[in-house]
Amino acid sequence: MSEAVIKCESVYKIFGENAEKMLQEANGNVDAKTFQENGCIVGVNNASFEVAKGEMLVVMGLSGSGKSTLLRCISRLTDATGGKIFIEGQDLLELNNKELIDLRRNKMGMVFQSFALLPHKTVVENIAFPLQIKGINTDDSISKAMDMVKLVGLDGRENYFPRELSGGQQQRVGIARSLAVEPDIWFLDEPFSALDPLIRKEMQDEFLRLQDKLQKTIMFITHDFDEALKLADRIAIMKDGIIEQLDTPAKIVLNPATEYVRKFTEEVPREKVLLIEDVMDQSTSDNLGDLRVSKNEIIENVAEKILTQDKTVGVIDKNNKVIGSINPTKIINTVFGGRKNGN
Amino acid sequence: MEFLKKNPKIFQWLFLLIVFFALCFAIEVPETYKFIRGQAEFIKDPNQSTFVFAGKEVRYYAFDVFWRLPPLLGWLPIWINDSLFFLMNDWMPMEFWNEDTQEFKTRPLLLQISRNLTGFMTFIIELIREILLGGLETIVAFTSWDFIDANPWAELPGLPWTIVAAGATILSYKLSGKGLAIFAGLTMVYISIFGQWKPSMQTLSFILVAAPLSFIFGLGLGISAFKSKRVEKALYPILLVMQTMPQYAVLVPALVLFGVGDHAAVIITMIVAIPPMILLTLLGLRAIPPEVIEAGKMSGCNNWQLMFKVLIPTARRDILIGVNQVIMVCFSMAVISAFIGAKGLGFNLLLALNQLNIGLALEAGLCISLIAILLDKMSLAWANKQTDYFGNLSFFERNKNTIFFIGAFIIGIVLAYIGTFLFKNTFNYLFEIPHNKGISTADFWNKGVDWIFDTFFVYIKAFNTWLIQDVLQPMRALYLRMPAIATIVLVVGAGYLIGGIRSALVVCGLTLFIALSPWWDRALVTTYMATFGVIVSCLIGFTVGTLCFQSKSAAKFMLGVCDIFQTFPSFVYLIPVMMLFGITDTSVLIAVIVYATIPATRYTIEGLRSVPVGLHEAATMSGVNKFQRLTKIEFPLAFPHMMLGLNQTIVFALFMVIIGAFIGTEDLGQYILKALSDKNGAGIGLTLGICVAFIGLIFDNLIRTWVDKRKKHLGIA
Repeated sequence: MSEAVIKCESVYKIFGENAEKMLQEANGNVDAKTFQENGCIVGVNNASFEVAKGEMLVVMGLSGSGKSTLLRCISRLTDATGGKIFIEGQDLLELNNKELIDLRRNKMGMVFQSFALLPHKTVVENIAFPLQIKGINTDDSISKAMDMVKLVGLDGRENYFPRELSGGQQQRVGIARSLAVEPDIWFLDEPFSALDPLIRKEMQDEFLRLQDKLQKTIMFITHDFDEALKLADRIAIMKDGIIEQLDTPAKIVLNPATEYVRKFTEEVPREKVLLIEDVMDQSTSDNLGDLRVSKNEIIENVAEKILTQDKTVGVIDKNNKVIGSINPTKIINTVFGGRKNGN
Repeated sequence: MEFLKKNPKIFQWLFLLIVFFALCFAIEVPETYKFIRGQAEFIKDPNQSTFVFAGKEVRYYAFDVFWRLPPLLGWLPIWINDSLFFLMNDWMPMEFWNEDTQEFKTRPLLLQISRNLTGFMTFIIELIREILLGGLETIVAFTSWDFIDANPWAELPGLPWTIVAAGATILSYKLSGKGLAIFAGLTMVYISIFGQWKPSMQTLSFILVAAPLSFIFGLGLGISAFKSKRVEKALYPILLVMQTMPQYAVLVPALVLFGVGDHAAVIITMIVAIPPMILLTLLGLRAIPPEVIEAGKMSGCNNWQLMFKVLIPTARRDILIGVNQVIMVCFSMAVISAFIGAKGLGFNLLLALNQLNIGLALEAGLCISLIAILLDKMSLAWANKQTDYFGNLSFFERNKNTIFFIGAFIIGIVLAYIGTFLFKNTFNYLFEIPHNKGISTADFWNKGVDWIFDTFFVYIKAFNTWLIQDVLQPMRALYLRMPAIATIVLVVGAGYLIGGIRSALVVCGLTLFIALSPWWDRALVTTYMATFGVIVSCLIGFTVGTLCFQSKSAAKFMLGVCDIFQTFPSFVYLIPVMMLFGITDTSVLIAVIVYATIPATRYTIEGLRSVPVGLHEAATMSGVNKFQRLTKIEFPLAFPHMMLGLNQTIVFALFMVIIGAFIGTEDLGQYILKALSDKNGAGIGLTLGICVAFIGLIFDNLIRTWVDKRKKHLGIA
């Protein structure tokens, strides 16, 4: 892993009047119940993690799990009650107002669930807004914004007002706006949750395309486990302010850390999530069949081929070197086994 | 009994009523009691009792405390008055440089501040007035009268009426389009041809100063209330009282502080117009979704950019409704402030009403209403207008309105110049049509009124007599027959049943203030008139609203009518009723009813409209007919909103009752009017105003508490 762009150390966010005092007294052992009895609500409870450059961390949790609060701590839209947050090595909580504004103007972009577009500005003006706030003159900001309009595929609609656009289009504007200042860090707070399923899928694909091109460091919030699996490099699953598990999608599916996480993984079609690499045997026995599959294939794509083989199939890496093996039984167990009533 | 057990609330209310009536019958009317004798500070009468508090002697007729409470607050008006005079005349004398006499002079601080403020106001009013009408004052302000004598050319020429009319038309076109432009043009031409140009422009210049200043201060205070809880808490009680304070009442203290004239009128208008602006600014800013604020912050806005580039534009709908309200209040005050010497249409209107020249009053009233509607529509159009995004428009397309105005300006000047030759020996009609040279319809209207009187006199008289003798007099007698203690028990009990101990304490405090003031009897008369008006208004409003709701286009039409009627300055309502019923209580009550029916109708329609569509469909699918749907679904759900309408109806009715004093009533308003011409009236005027405001607030508190509870209960909060 390369250098960490975002680094959190024991971040707490507690709402309520005596939050700070109570946090100190709790001495690192925060129990939501006792806090609630004293009129405090625990939003984020001891969150520690790092996000590497170019990595996409998806924070997944149901409503009220503190995922949005965590994101707002890291963007400092709200001040964390305790702990430390570093953005590219800079202590976020130590920044004064001016430095914070500079950071936001140059390094951060954020997309919101309800789009949060300015109703009195057109598409292109909305996108140019952060640039104009930075002090870039109207002509330059508008031409830069027009590039963004093209990037998100809204050309021809640049003079529309937000209310004249569909939800998906509005969110494209939101995305374009957040990218206008070319931020290194990209925050997305449930960007697709308010959209219809079909549009959502389209936007997810679009988003993956953009990320492929731009390679930003991303924190992505969602309550949709499938979405998390589809997009994430790593997933953090939150419940009641606590990060229950933080791992790659495959590892979460295969080894859920807690009962809570396991419930999410139950209904997941594993063949669509897991790669051959995730389920293969490391040992390479001698009596391999003729068939070779790449370790980076999704199970679904090669399952039929493997299942029609009598012999164990060899798994190769990109240099065509055999690094493991997989037999049909393993595939069947992976896809159908390990469920609630299985095993 | 079973029924009562099931409905404990009804039982409690019944109990309260029984206690109330028991008290009413148990407490005898004192023999010495004649209507309204509480107010007696200035009359010496050996039968009076006196007490001294805070150095002030208060005289009053003593009754049994159960019948009428002694006016323990009687010293308050005198005290307020004395403090005002002390502040103005004796507090903190300081040396100030006097420009006229070229020497230092000792003056009290507040007087100096007030004089500077009024001087500034006078200057801007005169400036705008002279741009519109021409004059000397502005130039004098920069130079001196000697300079004017030496240079007779130095005078602002004033704009020919053609230019102002063209300007208004072009502006309307830019804001809204053809329809409004035609209306603006016709209004201006009408004003000019009917010889109302000068007073209209005087009124307009007054509005053009008062409205923007009210807007700026209201917006500023609204923003600071949004940003700081402390400011909001400090402003809240003032906003609350000002909402129900009759505009009349603030005139009197203003006389003491700022003197007589347009400048005082502007300042007092600001005091009345700023509170609704603050409220709407606050409302708009509060309604902004938090994510928009966050988006602004994440775009790197500093506080200033966040406020002016994100928050205010996003909240602009509500803020511009505030602007609209400001304009309405300004017009209303433009008439009322004629009492303290503001020039313009209001002054003409009052004068005409005083002379019972209904025709003239009608003309002035029509003009002021037309300008009010025009400005109202213009500000609304501005509110709903999106900024044009200039894509690839040519220079001409982008600036066509400016170009047209410049063209109109030149043509106007040329026309006025030609006019000097055309009308060599008379007035230059292409420049300005003088007040008495326009077409006047006054005679026509006066004859019409006479004709109506001659023809229908018998019927009007009969109706009048019946209403006064058989309805109003008995009702008034009933109100006055209530012992003070019974009234207080009733009001506090209602407060307790509706809102618990907190509400009970609030209304108790408000009622006690009125009961302990010297004007309890007058307040009862005000309440009786308002009650009568409110009952009739609600009956009409709820019926009309419900009927109109049955058809979409009727509802829309009705709301439009309400909009226009609401735009009329309140005083204008007095004209037609005086036409028909002369100077009687009936006139006032009918004006009250007409005025107060507006909110009753509006809120009924809006309330019924706010019933969710899903419920409509659900009801239809359960097979209800139209009538059942109305009674079982729509009324229960719309009722809280309709009650807010009742609240507004009460406030409107109170305002009109107070204004009705101009025709001659015996209530609090009459005393406010008297206080206007009383040297020591400031304290009395203010206290009376507070009394009226408190009557409004008692109902406001009860209704709002009930509505909040009910909405929570129905889950539509």
